Amino acid sequence: MAKLSGIEVYKNLPRTNCGDCGLPTCMAFAMQVASKKRALDGCPHVSDEARAALGDAQVPPMATLSLGSGDRVLTIGGETVMHRHEERFQHPPILAVGLSAALGDAEFAERLDAIEALTFERVGRTIGVDAIAIRHDGVDVDRYGAVVTRIAAATDRVLLLLCDDPHVLAPAVAAVADRKPLLVAATEANADAMASVACQYGLPLVLKASGIDRTAALSERIAAAGVRGLLLDPSPSHVADAVGVMIQLRRLALEQRVRSLGFPTYVDVGGLVDATLDLDLDADARATAEMMAGLSFVMRYAGVMVLDTIEPWAVHPIVTARQDVYTDPQVPNEVEAKLYEIGHPGPEAPVLVTTNFALTYFTVAGEVANSKVPCFICVVDTEGMGVLNAYADDRLTVDRVVAVVREQGAMDRVNHSRLIIPGLVARMRMGIEEVSGWQVIVGPDSAAGIPHFLHTVQSQYQAEADTEAAG
Amino acid sequence: MTLLPQVRRNWARTIHAVTIGATPEDGGTRSCTVTIGGTSAMPFHHFEGTMPHRPAVAMEITDIPPTDWPEALRAPIADVMSDPAAWAARVENDFQPDLLCVRLAGCDPNGANRTPEEAAAVAVAVRDAVGLPLVIWGCGDLDKDAEVFPAVAEALAGERCLLGTISEKNYRTLTALGTAYGHRVIAESPVDINMAKQVNILAIDAGFPEDRLVIYPTTGALGYGIEYVVSIMERLRIGGLKGDRLVSMPIVGDIGREAWGVKEARATLEEAPGWGDPAMRGPAWEAATALIYIHAGADLVILRHPDAVCDAKAAINQLMAGATDGS
Repeated sequence: MAKLSGIEVYKNLPRTNCGDCGLPTCMAFAMQVASKKRALDGCPHVSDEARAALGDAQVPPMATLSLGSGDRVLTIGGETVMHRHEERFQHPPILAVGLSAALGDAEFAERLDAIEALTFERVGRTIGVDAIAIRHDGVDVDRYGAVVTRIAAATDRVLLLLCDDPHVLAPAVAAVADRKPLLVAATEANADAMASVACQYGLPLVLKASGIDRTAALSERIAAAGVRGLLLDPSPSHVADAVGVMIQLRRLALEQRVRSLGFPTYVDVGGLVDATLDLDLDADARATAEMMAGLSFVMRYAGVMVLDTIEPWAVHPIVTARQDVYTDPQVPNEVEAKLYEIGHPGPEAPVLVTTNFALTYFTVAGEVANSKVPCFICVVDTEGMGVLNAYADDRLTVDRVVAVVREQGAMDRVNHSRLIIPGLVARMRMGIEEVSGWQVIVGPDSAAGIPHFLHTVQSQYQAEADTEAAG
Repeated sequence: MTLLPQVRRNWARTIHAVTIGATPEDGGTRSCTVTIGGTSAMPFHHFEGTMPHRPAVAMEITDIPPTDWPEALRAPIADVMSDPAAWAARVENDFQPDLLCVRLAGCDPNGANRTPEEAAAVAVAVRDAVGLPLVIWGCGDLDKDAEVFPAVAEALAGERCLLGTISEKNYRTLTALGTAYGHRVIAESPVDINMAKQVNILAIDAGFPEDRLVIYPTTGALGYGIEYVVSIMERLRIGGLKGDRLVSMPIVGDIGREAWGVKEARATLEEAPGWGDPAMRGPAWEAATALIYIHAGADLVILRHPDAVCDAKAAINQLMAGATDGS
């Protein structure tokens, strides 16, 4: 039920191999439809019956939706799998930090600045907090509107308007509708009024109900009112409950194709932590609890999550985990191909060469660091292939290694001409020596052997140098 | 209201439960035992299965004073780190992990190169100082571990320690010792499902009971390839639950060593002014790395900082709420 096979599509096609779809056979077209590369409409002769039979299965199991405007358009949803190794996770969750409209001016400005500063550089990309969740916290309609307008002017981050009183919310929405904010939240009590605000401006809306059953029911009701983009908040009672509910929602959407639950989820991490923990906790313990809960929802299927902590040490692990978990497992992760310095390598430092497959590089760099022998590592761009694959695929060749080592200038930084190559490509040794004139030393087969290897090599050359000096 | 379909899975088997530590009743001297594994579903999927034993937290000490631990790790133990027994007692009394892990770093032939007898003496001193169940982790040099473990395993006979690690190349010695002296064994493989399976097959074929094996699929720190290991762990666990008995063992993550090797944990405030209070940042990075692995299937995590131990235990407690928890 979850995935349509090519055969199932084929059975519903005319099976004439007319070629009008641009493909030679109906079977070829069916395979493309099954893998969602083509839409069923690509066949001009498909019958209404076939359309009806296949139509439902053609719709992606989870809706994709966007928030924000300009350079800050963020997409969530559209997920297709439970575990990242099956295919990949499509859209990382949006991370918002809460800002209360009830805060005094000084504190408000300080917190807004702190949120704006929550960005980090990682592997050449800026990651951090994407959105600001403006909590109503009981202020009057004028104050809420003023706060929302002020934040909109101060930041280009995505806005989440957390206010379940439609009379307070509506004027604020009117003021910032062009920023495509997220409205939080419709409940059973206010659903009609909230739905009409969302419809009026074409904005996505979080719906909040108690438990999965009532979430599904409310979703049907709001969809019937014409709201397009929905997010689901089944209001779990504590962190463990939330993890279980997130998993079940995802399975209901992807595997059972329950349409009313085929939307991304919304998790108020700050609220959950308050519900789970002793409120007397000190600020650091609370921030730690938010970090740990936030990590749980990076692993378990949040579409949007709202934190209250602004501690960089608590946010950094969450945004890093999000970047890691949402990488495509089919596309090898690469590091920049350049000369890396581990420790503070001097002129005696060994020079190693390896590939730009991230896992290879991190393992090698980690073991070099463990050895405490400062080293240069020349990283060859192998398009993310490990040593053996790159060798087999001619991406790690004698000429390439020599060219890259020269280009990166490693040998200009040292007073020797020894190059250490991975043990798995020992057979490149002679070739590199002939082309470059360097002395090539074959390293260990596995990175785990690097510390031992480096110590042996270093003491050997130290001894030689000493002998030379003495002689 | 529409009746929603059922999404609970009926997995084919449960993960082996491995008990570490032996009390006087079991013929050992530990004050308690810790069981890991035994789960019948993916971690924290309480709606469809049981987690009779919560994920366990071990804290690491070393046989010689650590030289590569940053100040944040040394400060809480600075006065005892030259004395493994006193260090172990500090861990048990003040930091309260579920298990104690002794890493025999001093045996490394490229380091202090301590003898098997010295290692065994440390093991005995630590055993006598604490009642926690013990994990004994070798120095990682295959030949040296094979020399050291006979003395250590014999000295701790009957204590049901968890010894590691074995790999494709050195499984014979440690599995034989485990069988002879009643220990459990960690099987190591380099981020690879098939190799994890292969080491298990070798150990089982050598006569080691499969319900005394723990899988160590290697560990990467958060931000440094953690996603590869996460996927390997998830696939191992799914494979085990689906019925593949060769991977239905509990999983261990060697977290502290990896997490404290990266700049996000180690950098000073001057080096990374935007990353927040270093006193909080290091333990947070370690606890975060641990929690991600626990979600992926790790049943035992080995940590270094007291705050990370505390944070990981607190997070596990919260995630176990509403579970069928027999521990």
